[in-house]
Amino acid sequence: MNVRVLIGSKKGAFVLESDGERRDWRVRGPLCEHWPLTHVAADLADGTIYATGGNAWFGPAVWKSNDGGTTWTHSSQGLAYPQGETPVQCAWVAHAAHGRLYVGVEPAGLFVSGDGGESFREVEGLRRHPSRPQWQPGGIGLVLHSIVSDPTDVRRLWVGISSVGVFYTEDGGETWSPRNSGTRCDFLPEGERYPEFGQCVHNLTLAPGCSDRLYQQNHCGMYRSDDGGASWRSIENGLPSSFGFPVAAHPRDADTLFFLPLNGDTKGRYPPDARVAVWRSRDGGAHWADSRAGLPQSGAYFGVMRQALATDALDPAGVYFGTSNGSVYASRDEGETWECIARDLPAISSVETMTAA
Amino acid sequence: MRAPAVVRLPALLKALFPDSERVVKIEAETVEDVMNGLEARWPGMRDRLCDTTPAIRRHINVFVEGERARLDTRLEPGADVFILTAISGG
Repeated sequence: MNVRVLIGSKKGAFVLESDGERRDWRVRGPLCEHWPLTHVAADLADGTIYATGGNAWFGPAVWKSNDGGTTWTHSSQGLAYPQGETPVQCAWVAHAAHGRLYVGVEPAGLFVSGDGGESFREVEGLRRHPSRPQWQPGGIGLVLHSIVSDPTDVRRLWVGISSVGVFYTEDGGETWSPRNSGTRCDFLPEGERYPEFGQCVHNLTLAPGCSDRLYQQNHCGMYRSDDGGASWRSIENGLPSSFGFPVAAHPRDADTLFFLPLNGDTKGRYPPDARVAVWRSRDGGAHWADSRAGLPQSGAYFGVMRQALATDALDPAGVYFGTSNGSVYASRDEGETWECIARDLPAISSVETMTAA
Repeated sequence: MRAPAVVRLPALLKALFPDSERVVKIEAETVEDVMNGLEARWPGMRDRLCDTTPAIRRHINVFVEGERARLDTRLEPGADVFILTAISGG
């Protein structure tokens, strides 16, 4: 078994490779001509790797590799709003499912490719939602950064948009509805903190083997939904902070998930007390335990961004995260112990995994 | 017959389109024609140089006879067109 950890960074993609032991890692990169990349992810069905980004000179594009990251092509054909509208600035996130490639962009919108990333068309229903004129950009802009699909139903999708919230479709993208009930906006006046939309979702994931259980890291709390996002309840009790960016699910156990809380949105956004911990729950968020063995326990002032925490498919599952100062940490025992497997890379925006025989 | 424009492309673009050439002659009366001519030769190249406003991308500079140009800038026969990447990044 071969494990690849796919890294998106400010200066291109990197691929970290190891065998099933996950002890020795080889680093390849920078790839994709040093483009600033927000996400690098694989279509696990066919092994294609996609990378999304926006280059200050050359605009947005989706990069694609069919040979494990050795050679790449790029395209933005159709990845555009109609003339006269604010142009697409950045391709932000890639999600392959059901033989399609979905791409979230800035300004927020969703595109889909049916030909493996060669060309795209907009999923127009999302921007036709009546709330669209009221969408306001968050700290990174008006960005659609999270896409989750139901592996059992091609019609069901959830997306996360910064400072706008979670939206859901069950008709393949024709119509969408907000899915933010129970998630709060601490930055709004008291009494107005649970609007229909306007929540600052940071990351979403679907629990394995489930079609309706979602986990969410929000700007204001960690949440779980058991009804496809129709309602959310806080699971942040026991965590050191309600703020962070990523969430990752275990590959097989729906009750096991990982967060990496940072100290707060106004406190520097680094690990609490500058001591790094990944927090794991084995019971769906009811209880939490910190994992620190092998992680820096002083002087750690980096951040970990919304796509930069991932698990692999092996048993026991590997867990990985990348930092804003270019380090990659890995656990091959489901978060019990950690080691640094790469350092001094560019600022890391995303970490994903793929395995191959 | 109208002399084609002589268009010089930035090295970074060559990296994105390995089959392209650094200097290319294109029959064009405007910069827009140049962009469409590049797209016809190397599909996808226009998207790298222009957005859907439509306009030349903010950090791409096109110079015609020493002057910074726009898509609607008209070209004299045989005009020299330089496409350059502006200072950007960090």
